[in-house]
Amino acid sequence: MKIAREQVEHVALLARLRLTDEEKDVFAKQLSQILDHVEQLNRYDTTGVEPTATVIGQVNVFRDDEVRPSLPVEQALANAPDREGDGFHVPKIIEER
Amino acid sequence: MALHKLTLFELQRKFAAGEVSAAEIVHAYGLRIGQVEPKVRAFVNQTKDHAMAQAVELDRRLKQWRKTELLMGMPIAIKDNICTEGVPTTCSSRMLQHFVPPYDATVIAKLRKQEYLLIGKTNLDEFAMGSSTEHSAFGPSRNPWNLQCVPGGSSGGSAAAVAADECVAALGSDTGGSIRQPAAFCGVVGLKPTYGRVSRYGLVAFASSLDQIGPITKDVRDAALLLGVIAGHDPMDSTSADVPVPDYTKALVKKHLRKLRVGIPREFFTEGLDPEVEQAVTAAIGELKNLGGEIKDIELPRTDAAVAVYYVLATAEASSNLARFDGVKFGLRAKETKDLLDLYMKTRQEGFGPEVKRRIMLGTYVLSAGYYDAYYGKAQAVRTLVRQDFEAAFKEVDVIVTPATPTPAFKLGEKSEDPLQMYLSDIFTISVNLAGIPAIALPCGFSRAGLPIGMQVIGRAFEEETILRVAHAYEQAAQWHLKKPPIR
Repeated sequence: MKIAREQVEHVALLARLRLTDEEKDVFAKQLSQILDHVEQLNRYDTTGVEPTATVIGQVNVFRDDEVRPSLPVEQALANAPDREGDGFHVPKIIEER
Repeated sequence: MALHKLTLFELQRKFAAGEVSAAEIVHAYGLRIGQVEPKVRAFVNQTKDHAMAQAVELDRRLKQWRKTELLMGMPIAIKDNICTEGVPTTCSSRMLQHFVPPYDATVIAKLRKQEYLLIGKTNLDEFAMGSSTEHSAFGPSRNPWNLQCVPGGSSGGSAAAVAADECVAALGSDTGGSIRQPAAFCGVVGLKPTYGRVSRYGLVAFASSLDQIGPITKDVRDAALLLGVIAGHDPMDSTSADVPVPDYTKALVKKHLRKLRVGIPREFFTEGLDPEVEQAVTAAIGELKNLGGEIKDIELPRTDAAVAVYYVLATAEASSNLARFDGVKFGLRAKETKDLLDLYMKTRQEGFGPEVKRRIMLGTYVLSAGYYDAYYGKAQAVRTLVRQDFEAAFKEVDVIVTPATPTPAFKLGEKSEDPLQMYLSDIFTISVNLAGIPAIALPCGFSRAGLPIGMQVIGRAFEEETILRVAHAYEQAAQWHLKKPPIR
């Protein structure tokens, strides 16, 4: 599987990763190599085989809906890169018309 | 005997008998760390001053009444992707360099309840992605047996710290071999429990369907003891299993393997296997036979698909799990960004190292429109086939024995430029994670160059007792665990 530089750029945007030109070239080559290795999965016939998403059988794990203390505001904000009052400070999201 | 050389079992007995104080224990380990840590670099963050303060307080209280828990006063090292309240948890990443968790992982809460002493947080490949610790943002750790060699990874810091006697025991995490491979490289014992056996709450998620926390210790008994403390159901982890926790040390009583069927999968003894590793593991299998085990050849025909399945599924899950690192609520935030998208992209560019970026890219690619079925869906289906191989094998045998790694520890820099070669070094450990079953790595010899060689014992789901029994019987017969690295 040959990965083109444009595909690397597309995937990087989906992954919200900015890459340098050098990284784009290196990843195009390395991802191609790794996907070539992954191609060998096609040797296995998986017609009618159920996919495994998890090995544990349990589904729908419920717990009682009871009120418990949550993380205090100061602790929740202790690792914030930027805060304003009791909130996380972020750049403006809604564009001006 | 110097305190730092003792096992957890031995040190605990001395402490419980009042022969040694917690302060004396921490002092001894402090000296040892001072001697060897500049060479080994196992720790991202040492906490021995804090441990000493705790130890003094513990000793003061113990003068009044004497009641000891297994881990009380025991200096334990924790991989730096397991959250410790109030102590930085960096995942060896610039992204979390200054992150201080506001809560403890469930395993840490259990250790803390027994009044263990946190001696330090250990180095890892960034976000546990790697097999050598060379992908740590803070520089690699070294193998105590040969400082030119890697300690393995991703729990390389934990394995090196145990091997170099910088702690009495450690916790690591294992997604594709990250406990067992470094344990094998460093000549110590590493156990990956059954998926769901140990709570993952507070473990920074890499691949949630594969990750498990487990012990890295100086011998098999210590692994049994430490597993007994951390195992069990946790309402905070919906994938943790509600299965009773046995007394794992009871599994160590039998010294023979009579009536036990040991499977040897031929797929693990192929051309990629180093001859010295093959020799050591073959000799170990002979020893298992001497102990009464019934040796049977078995097949795990889909073994060679495991690496490909893993690098699709693990990277897909990682690309999703690591989406949370966006510079908004915690962790790094890039400066001088022009809008929200720019903030995300620049933060992630600056915060993640090359291996993490590579895996996020691969994971995003295999999940992207048009490729999902061909890669992700296909890999999930082949994962089922890998599980079926083990299910069939475990109808005929009770445990499976393999080499833990294809080679002994490799040199720093040897594989760091070739991601695929690095991925293939995990070929013997990965299928166990895909099947969600338990496995233990333990020393079974040394190469002519003096590097440890490890073997792996694999068991059925929730049959940790059986693999501990086999590992312990072998260990006691072979005595490799008594050899110590030349570092001083």
